[in-house]
Amino acid sequence: MTGPQPVEPMEVVAEVQSAPLIKMGGSLWPDRLFSWAMLACGVSVLALVGLIIFELSTKSGLSWHAFGWRFFFRSEWDPVNDQYGAFPFVYGTIVSSLLALILAVPLAVGVAVFITEMSPTWLRGPLAFTTELLAAIPSVIYGLWAIFVLVPLLREYLQPWLAKYFGWTGLFEGPPYGIGMLAAGIILAIMIVPIISSITREVMTAVPQQQREAVLALGATRWEMIRTAVLRNARAGIMGGIILGLGRALGETMAVTMVIGNRAEIAKSLFAPGYTMASVLANEFSEASGDLYLSALVEVGLALFLVTIIVNILAQFLVWTVTRGTPARGNA
Amino acid sequence: MPEALAATPADFVTAPISLRRRITDYLATGAAVSAVIMVLVPLAAVFGYLVYRGIGSINWAFLTQTPKPVGEAGGGMANAIAGSVLILLIGSTVGVPAGIGAGIYLAEYGRNRFGDLIRFTADVLNGVPSIIVGIVAYGLVVLVQKHFSALAGGVALAIMMIPTITRTTEEMLLLVPTVTREAAYGLGVSRWRTTLSITLRTATSGVITGIMLAFARVAGETAPLLFTAFGNQFWNWRINQPTAALPLQIFTYAISPFDEWHRQAWAGALILIVLIVISISAVRIAASRGMLKGAN
Repeated sequence: MTGPQPVEPMEVVAEVQSAPLIKMGGSLWPDRLFSWAMLACGVSVLALVGLIIFELSTKSGLSWHAFGWRFFFRSEWDPVNDQYGAFPFVYGTIVSSLLALILAVPLAVGVAVFITEMSPTWLRGPLAFTTELLAAIPSVIYGLWAIFVLVPLLREYLQPWLAKYFGWTGLFEGPPYGIGMLAAGIILAIMIVPIISSITREVMTAVPQQQREAVLALGATRWEMIRTAVLRNARAGIMGGIILGLGRALGETMAVTMVIGNRAEIAKSLFAPGYTMASVLANEFSEASGDLYLSALVEVGLALFLVTIIVNILAQFLVWTVTRGTPARGNA
Repeated sequence: MPEALAATPADFVTAPISLRRRITDYLATGAAVSAVIMVLVPLAAVFGYLVYRGIGSINWAFLTQTPKPVGEAGGGMANAIAGSVLILLIGSTVGVPAGIGAGIYLAEYGRNRFGDLIRFTADVLNGVPSIIVGIVAYGLVVLVQKHFSALAGGVALAIMMIPTITRTTEEMLLLVPTVTREAAYGLGVSRWRTTLSITLRTATSGVITGIMLAFARVAGETAPLLFTAFGNQFWNWRINQPTAALPLQIFTYAISPFDEWHRQAWAGALILIVLIVISISAVRIAASRGMLKGAN
């Protein structure tokens, strides 16, 4: 290890002398084999997605034939009598994800605005790193924290307070268990803030500096500059970041399963327990006995897969419309 | 005659900004700052509480013993830690070469329509919820083998690693200047040799960063292991048997009603975070010192 530097050039020199003399013609095969091997790796990515679609659609056929489209609008989920309807899970997934978006979007955009436009330069790097750190914490650890810290806090403080002042809306009624839709929404919000804020930062950075300078030169305050020059130009990309966050929230499994209460019910109150598509898979898939039961679960999975795919494609398209003009950066 | 100049630039600059606009500006700044604080609070809370509960619960027994039956104090997660290592090894063995290969294909051969298709598909695969990957690995491995296994868990994690590694490898290879490749071709080095020994080698540290990102992402994954690796109360080193895994064990213990198990769940969570951080920093240090330069 003492002197690796001088060794490398010598190897190259050795090759210069031998390679062209020996390999005149006839050396195509190694190249071809290599390119085929790499092609095979590339095609494996296509094959994987094809495999996912194939697995999900063939295995859900039974349930599809039994219930058709009604599957997604029926509310009974009764393995004993082999009656399956996914509506409570669809409802729970949509409500918990929307709740997460409502909480996370203002925070994430605020963080992105502060980091790109307001923060002193020395604070910028550490702040960006710290918010990104939130994304590195595994879902199951968020769930653990939510069970033992967030849920008791909700039960003791936030939920009684909400019930007292906002109970009239009907959204905050019933006994404050702690566990339920509200807890799921809050933990999801914490988990998707880093995604939305990093995309928002990316598209805000892509807004040309001249736009900012032009607006400032017209006498705008800093906030007016951010609103008219930055946010307005970046709005499609910010929307993309939000939708990407939505995609993550829809498919998030562990943390939600641990705090949402896992009951296939539809209630107006956010205090009530619920169930999401991902959680029902996590809880029931390995115990599913009976072909129709398993098939119904796979159909839930197929629906979740298709929705997240569409959401992700839409998000990437929106982000691309803003960042396409700027040079490629580290993270695509 | 200075009076002739009706308005100097200074007059424009000092034109007063109305009180309403100034207050709006302050409010916006205040809102952004409070957003930052509200995001940092949960982060600090999660980490702080994790360390606080975890440190007190980690002891020698926890690191060396298998779980005790319900109601008995003591026991540990040694088999789960080992199981996680086994599953991650399987996942990396399958996922890393495939991901790097696909990345090489995209960067060196895939500047065309077909390459775009693969690129797009990799991004799609990246967005697939992990629980769905679990279902697919269940269908592919568990149903074929007829029982849960470490192999199935490894396959699930590999599927999740491939798109991340593919895209970062591609980007890192594209950063290597074309001139470098041409220099090698000019010396008569064949294309495959150039790709492996010149291009990939130049991009090594970036590629490793991608691998480490993928690794950190799957190390804490629980959902795809629920019905693949399944969990196990005992030691297991065979890849065709159900295996305990650290995230699975944390999940099982967290939703159990026993205080002793809650304590161990916190200890496990701390270990998991530490494992992730250690693996990331070890690779990063090794890459920065050039120790892995010849690894390919």
